[in-house]
Amino acid sequence: MSKRCAKVRHGFHQAKWDEELIFELHKPGERGLAVAPVEPGIAAEVGDGLGALPPALVRRTQPLLPEVGQMRVLKHFLRLSQENLGADLNVDIGQGTCTMKYSPKINDALAASPRLADLHPLQDPATVQGTLEVMHSLDLYLREISGMDRFSLQPASGSSAILNMVSIIQAYHRDRGEAQTRDEMITTIFSHPSDAAAAAVKGYKVVTLMQGPDGLPTVEDLRRAVGPRTAGLLITNPEDTGIYNPSVQEFVRLVHEAGGLCGYDQANANGIMGVTRAADCGFDLCFFNLHKTFSTPHGCGGPAGGALGVTMALADYLPVPLVVREGERYRLDYGVPRSIGKTRAFYGTVQVALRAYAWIRALGADGLREVSAVAVLNNNYLLEKIKRIRGASAPYAEGHRRIEQVRYSWEQLHRDTGVTTEDISLRMADYGMHLWSSHHPFIVPQPFTVEPTESYAKEELDEYVAVLEQVASEAYADPQLVRTAPHRSVCRRVDPAPFDDPGRWAVTWRLWQRKAK
Amino acid sequence: MPEQDYRGHPYIPNSVPAVKAEMLAEIGARSVDELYQDIPDRLRFKGRMAIPEAIPAESLLRRHVEGILARNTSCAEATSFLGAGCYNHYVPAICDEVSRRSEFLTAYAGEPYADFGRFQVLWEYQSLMAELLDMDICNVPTYDGFQASSTALRMAGRYTGRTRALVAGTVSPDKLLAIRNYCEPVMAVAVQEPDPGTGLLDLARLEASLGPNTAAVYFENPGYLGGLESRGRAVADLAHARGALLVVGVDPNSLGVLAPPSQYGADLVCGDIQTLGNHMSFGGGMGGFIACRDEEKLVLEFPSRLFGISTTETPGEYGFGDVAYERTSFAHREQGKEFVGTAAALHGITAGVYLALMGPQGMRDLGVHLLQKAQYLARRLGALPGVKAPALAAPFYKEFAVDFNGTGRTVAELNRRLLEHGIFGGKDLSADFPDLGQAALYCVTEQVAQEEIDRFITILSAILGGN
Repeated sequence: MSKRCAKVRHGFHQAKWDEELIFELHKPGERGLAVAPVEPGIAAEVGDGLGALPPALVRRTQPLLPEVGQMRVLKHFLRLSQENLGADLNVDIGQGTCTMKYSPKINDALAASPRLADLHPLQDPATVQGTLEVMHSLDLYLREISGMDRFSLQPASGSSAILNMVSIIQAYHRDRGEAQTRDEMITTIFSHPSDAAAAAVKGYKVVTLMQGPDGLPTVEDLRRAVGPRTAGLLITNPEDTGIYNPSVQEFVRLVHEAGGLCGYDQANANGIMGVTRAADCGFDLCFFNLHKTFSTPHGCGGPAGGALGVTMALADYLPVPLVVREGERYRLDYGVPRSIGKTRAFYGTVQVALRAYAWIRALGADGLREVSAVAVLNNNYLLEKIKRIRGASAPYAEGHRRIEQVRYSWEQLHRDTGVTTEDISLRMADYGMHLWSSHHPFIVPQPFTVEPTESYAKEELDEYVAVLEQVASEAYADPQLVRTAPHRSVCRRVDPAPFDDPGRWAVTWRLWQRKAK
Repeated sequence: MPEQDYRGHPYIPNSVPAVKAEMLAEIGARSVDELYQDIPDRLRFKGRMAIPEAIPAESLLRRHVEGILARNTSCAEATSFLGAGCYNHYVPAICDEVSRRSEFLTAYAGEPYADFGRFQVLWEYQSLMAELLDMDICNVPTYDGFQASSTALRMAGRYTGRTRALVAGTVSPDKLLAIRNYCEPVMAVAVQEPDPGTGLLDLARLEASLGPNTAAVYFENPGYLGGLESRGRAVADLAHARGALLVVGVDPNSLGVLAPPSQYGADLVCGDIQTLGNHMSFGGGMGGFIACRDEEKLVLEFPSRLFGISTTETPGEYGFGDVAYERTSFAHREQGKEFVGTAAALHGITAGVYLALMGPQGMRDLGVHLLQKAQYLARRLGALPGVKAPALAAPFYKEFAVDFNGTGRTVAELNRRLLEHGIFGGKDLSADFPDLGQAALYCVTEQVAQEEIDRFITILSAILGGN
């Protein structure tokens, strides 16, 4: 057992309740919630309500939902919550690319206000002026941050915003009679998988530029890829490696020359607010993930927000409706002439937009710049420290600074010890930390991605590095300890075999009962 | 502004100048600006973003935002008859308690060890939905019911190898925009006009429209105008006879009393979970589900995460993980099924809590309540001179179209007058459904009391009487 180090929580053990499945708490007759009966006057007039339905419509057997008393339901879900490591509870910088920054509690409180939570989307605009103002103001602020001319808050996430960019690019070419001939979308291997996948959803052949020797896609490769079949380019910059591509303007120019449009995946713009802007680089479209750069909580995977910005030339393609201001009044405008239609019900995740608005207002222009400056400072500080860890490296761009994150490698450690990134990730859980590898495919061998954001104090960054050092040293000294991790998390290693076996996979309780031996 | 001038902000601990200096020394850089060396000067933004000065304290931020929100009037402060895809149902306190827990609210994408809770709770959500829907498989939520319908149709296209979807009955015009947008250009979406008298689908025309390239027949139960389709089995038989799948959109909140589509032959069932314990949030509270039977070929067409249960090295311990991950875009980019990413997991967690609380009896009681209350509202409305409720000859669940043509008034005018009394009248259908003339879609939830309905009728009666 290693010695107690002030920065490493050797005594950590995650909550482990050995909690049952909710169905195992079933006791016939118990109830979690009583539903109000209708008033006697209504029942007297219409009877049981079921009599008005044709028999074929009536459910004959009740659903086999569990019957559980209220406090036990509460306890069950609170125990499960304790078995989950939220960003509020750890130094959550190991989920790189995810921008796990602080989501201010005040913003959650504001979003929970009945004057937002209990608003129906089809209310008379006169009764929702406050919310429309917030949405409009957020649009204006995002224009400043990106240099773009118009934003839609409708896309529900980054991937949805990518799809919207692709839809707009497609509609644009259709209007020029080129939808059939321009059937290729170019992206890069270190851009998010959805940049490729959403393009394929719209029928495009995806051309993926691989990384050059310095980790970046090369202008030469782009020249070979671009041509009359090019519909557009979807690119992240900095890419997941955290390396800023200084040739990005040349990329945009080449695609424009070929008649394509350029969409900037700014899901994560946390390192460059107020430093460089999409429009100034010539991009036609961009988007921001409100749940990343703009601090809204990730909710175990949503609700999120993908604010989509375009230049004036493309504003007529945005999804409907847009929020417009007329004098002191705001309204929803469905008269967007070439609109791609709708991408989500109503107007987007408005409770997310409100939080992003409040976050921007708490920081102002200077604060946003400071966010990026400190995020970059923190990242380069970590880079210095992590490079020194035995077995770790930061491939590509030796001697260069990185922007908001770094994709590191345990290749050396793996070669020396046989321990993998996955093993290390699971061992990190024993110290109350996350460590994420990379999107697929793993271009960087044994990858791990760290993104410190601006939210963590230097001492917390030091703690994270100390835990990485601890686990790396364990890998060299006692690889079996790491290979069998986690030891102090919620459960031990899971048998993955059923997950890919149709005869055994159990996505639901009823399948588990049917298939488990 | 030079960074050394910036004063500490509560959200940015390392903005303390001494800390910055220490970190820069560690890095071997003179300034933060130096860290941006790879960004060419011509791309550097030299101006200042026109964003208001920071609000300097949390107390002032709260006052500012609450001041803006004070310009809203919520459904809690009014009597609302609005539905049309988003519903003012009661949200149990425990749904809020769980969905606001830091551990769930601020987590994201960790492994099923440190983030075990997220996997179990979403697996339980899938399982509870499966019982409600009487289906084997349900996904981790997608964005909303629009996306669920769109993806279900594309799944049907891949499953059958066909490229045409047939939409029948009444569907929200907005949802149709989203479906068309999503299916373009891979699948053609043909819309079949509903029966004008009922708003339900026209079986004879449906049969004639089915072709060898039809991948799916899609309808909703209840339909957008509230009508309930009792001929689901006949529709399923027609679709299946031509090798097409039946995809049914459903309000899960109705399934305590209404037969789930799987029981009349649906292959894919989809819809929105906003009605299961999620606040409306101006339409932000949506979340989509897709369910099907446990058929490998169909399951492998899901783009979404599907969490599965397994065992661990410790006897008797549960473990969780991703089922058939290789089908996703996370695994294979453009070779995966559509795409997957962050969507609406927290709304799924909340819906799971809701179903666990409600149990079979709660869902039944709720369904009966809504049937009774909607029928009461329809009777009261229908008793007013010139008002026909429901406008269409079809049974309904909690909402129905109301025909105001006989009153000589427009819905817009009536709703304006009702608003003066703190009443949100039903959604005006006159623009989207011109054949109905002046009609509105009225909805009740358990949040509208009988006395509010009676007051509304009194006021509407006075308005119609010219007072």
